[in-house]
Amino acid sequence: MQNNIAVKMQNITKTFGKKVIANKNVTLHIEKGEILSLLGENGSGKTTLMNMLAGIYYPDSGSIFMDNDGEGLKEVSIRSPKDAYTLGIGMIHQHFKLVDVFTATENVALGLDRSIAFNKKQIATDILAICDKYGFKVDPDKKVYNMSVSEKQTLEIVKALYRGANILILDEPTAVLTPQETDMLFDVMRNMKEDGKSIIIITHKLNEVLAISDRVSILRKGEYVGTVDTADASVQSLTEMMVGQKVTLEIDRKEPHDKKERLVVKDLTCVNKYGVTALDNISFTAYGGEILGVAGISGSGQKELLEAIAGLHETTEGSSVQYIAPDSDEKTELIGKTALQIKNMGVALSFVPEDRLGMGLVGSMGMSDNMMLRSYRKGFIFTERTGPKKLANKVKEELEVVTPSIQTPVRKLSGGNVQKVLVGREIAAQPTVLMTAYAVRGLDVNTSYTIYGLLNEQKEKGVAVIYVGEDLDVLLALSDRILVLCDGKLNGIVDARTTTKEEIGLLMTHIREEAQNNG
Amino acid sequence: MSGLTTLLQSSIAFGTIIMFGALGEIITEKAGNLNLGIPGVMYLGAISSLVGVFFYEKNVAEPNPVVCAIIAILCAFCAAALGGLIFSFLTITLRANQNVTGLTLTIFGSGVANFFGGLLNGFAGGVGQIRVATTSKVFMTKLPLLSDLGIVGKLLFSYGWLVYVAIILAILCQWYLNKTRSGLNLRAVGENPATADAAGINVTLYRYLATCIGTGIAGLGGLYYVMDYTKGTWANDGTIENLGWLAVALVIFAIWRPKNAIWGAYLFGFLFWAYLYIPGLNRQSLELFNMLPYVVTIIVLVFTSFRKKRENQPPNSLGLAYFREDR
Repeated sequence: MQNNIAVKMQNITKTFGKKVIANKNVTLHIEKGEILSLLGENGSGKTTLMNMLAGIYYPDSGSIFMDNDGEGLKEVSIRSPKDAYTLGIGMIHQHFKLVDVFTATENVALGLDRSIAFNKKQIATDILAICDKYGFKVDPDKKVYNMSVSEKQTLEIVKALYRGANILILDEPTAVLTPQETDMLFDVMRNMKEDGKSIIIITHKLNEVLAISDRVSILRKGEYVGTVDTADASVQSLTEMMVGQKVTLEIDRKEPHDKKERLVVKDLTCVNKYGVTALDNISFTAYGGEILGVAGISGSGQKELLEAIAGLHETTEGSSVQYIAPDSDEKTELIGKTALQIKNMGVALSFVPEDRLGMGLVGSMGMSDNMMLRSYRKGFIFTERTGPKKLANKVKEELEVVTPSIQTPVRKLSGGNVQKVLVGREIAAQPTVLMTAYAVRGLDVNTSYTIYGLLNEQKEKGVAVIYVGEDLDVLLALSDRILVLCDGKLNGIVDARTTTKEEIGLLMTHIREEAQNNG
Repeated sequence: MSGLTTLLQSSIAFGTIIMFGALGEIITEKAGNLNLGIPGVMYLGAISSLVGVFFYEKNVAEPNPVVCAIIAILCAFCAAALGGLIFSFLTITLRANQNVTGLTLTIFGSGVANFFGGLLNGFAGGVGQIRVATTSKVFMTKLPLLSDLGIVGKLLFSYGWLVYVAIILAILCQWYLNKTRSGLNLRAVGENPATADAAGINVTLYRYLATCIGTGIAGLGGLYYVMDYTKGTWANDGTIENLGWLAVALVIFAIWRPKNAIWGAYLFGFLFWAYLYIPGLNRQSLELFNMLPYVVTIIVLVFTSFRKKRENQPPNSLGLAYFREDR
């Protein structure tokens, strides 16, 4: 009888330092020629678990069994990425492991020690052969830094296949793709499955799990919860397994009332530090009492847009951002004002950058000191500390921040808790314009919905909320209008209640001619 | 005319020392290690080769020239590589700060060299009394026939053979980095160690080897200085250190390309000596001229940052330690 199991992981435990348990006694298996979804919230240990298959981490205890020659499972030891490749395991990491200044060919050739001099032409031919087989497109001579995100991802997959991978692990592959690119990826994945390869896809997007996989294994807080056949699963049942309790997945979106102009942005243009035009003639109006969603592939100018409004990014001549104060209806030009002046007017930026602690919070300071970053000018000679302390306790309680004390350095908190601190502080400043970027990145489902609730609350209060998001489903459910950026250009503003994901996806990738002509 | 010839000759002599240092540093930096200890390891190379052959020549009645050369090269390379090993252990294994470690290595190297240089002077019976005649004669051997070709011969072929070794080495480094698999792996380690690691490259091994071999090559610069330029004596005038810093600057000037280091080194040598041939300089304006190599380096830096070409940027993870399980 033929054994159908490709890899089996048994009782795997991995800890970091003394306290952080990333995986605890996890046992799961992958069958030959199937697509397995590994589902779990951020921080549930999915990536860590897979990194142990890829040789990045080594388990503290537990064993891995593989069937490579069709003669049954044998225990294997994967001590390095090289071992993983030898066993036919290839992992496509969320942060691509590619060298920017190398061409596609050079990246594929990396680390393969055959001969001293290497034959670039032969490798390029091999790459094209793999592309033909599965339906990829890769230009072997293109430098990685000239590639789009989806091209880089394709290259990563080709690289793994070139090394003879039979088991492919994809870590959050769709996080950076448009809906159309995701469909293309899924087609390729199905082709590879037909070819007998086993694929593990790490994700927390439930609709994707249902669309692509054969089985779903679920992790929660580092522990294995269970495996179900996708055919028997639904969004609700998977969420409950993932979170461990019943959750309501509804965003309470009310019709906006009393819409008043708050920000009038006109011809906003920014050039980034590499001399590339990051924002090109953006014009729009943000209203109080409304959530304006901002969609776009990452790096399309979202960051520059928010920073320019907050006075943190230089703009070119002719750009204009007008702020209309709620009480006096007075118009003020924000361009040319310092970040501090803008903040004092009530325009708050709660920016959650790629690197959570990079902007907004100081990692080595505690919660209360971080609250003080907003009020350090108060007090005579000596800083005023009681206010921030109160605020820190309030945020901790209301948003259920898990921390030993408000003095614990925020760097030691988990990503989700760090974000709660940041968002909580900005909302506490009672802004009239609240800008957030990736406010829920890395948060678990429950906390995400808490944050959506907070934003809706602000909207009810008449605050103009600008929400830069990644998950299109959430953008559609949360925003009133959605502004779509593409390559620094404003590609359209659509009504979130009537538009579709496909329409936004198209706007994210294709510059509309008439949009350009109309300015 | 003869003034110009002498200027060019001394440019090439000092250029060679700088070139060795820069080649070593390019290899090191391409693997992601920023070693500011280059002046220190050049000192180590210089004093070790001197000490090595001094005792050999002293204890052997008729020193064999070939043995002399081998001892000198081995001592210089190994002592400098040992300095690189200290640096590697501190920065790669213990993940200490590379800048601090490098500067310390420079201070350490110059201290060690001057201490033993002083001792050696004492042994030999006073400053300037060290004699390693056979060895320095070997290193000063010129190319036969070619060096007699009048002005051309004087300009191009009238140097000790290490000058040509440096050029060959530069071409070898260029070939290694750009045409071999191992060179590709080395560059990947310096650009993005996590990627290299995931591709199955032993990052630690590559960094150790690149740093140790790189410092070894830099040590040859010290060897050339002490054997050829000062003809086998020890003088504590800080020239090696100056040249070492120029080597570090040359790496940037050459935008991490060994082939650029060849002409860049001679240009630096020329700028180093140019003040001697500019009339009407007093002590102050002389110091201004000593800045020239650094000024051109800054100009190149400005220029390459303007062009913003990714290939001209320093290796992406230069100066950063790598730890696989970092989170």
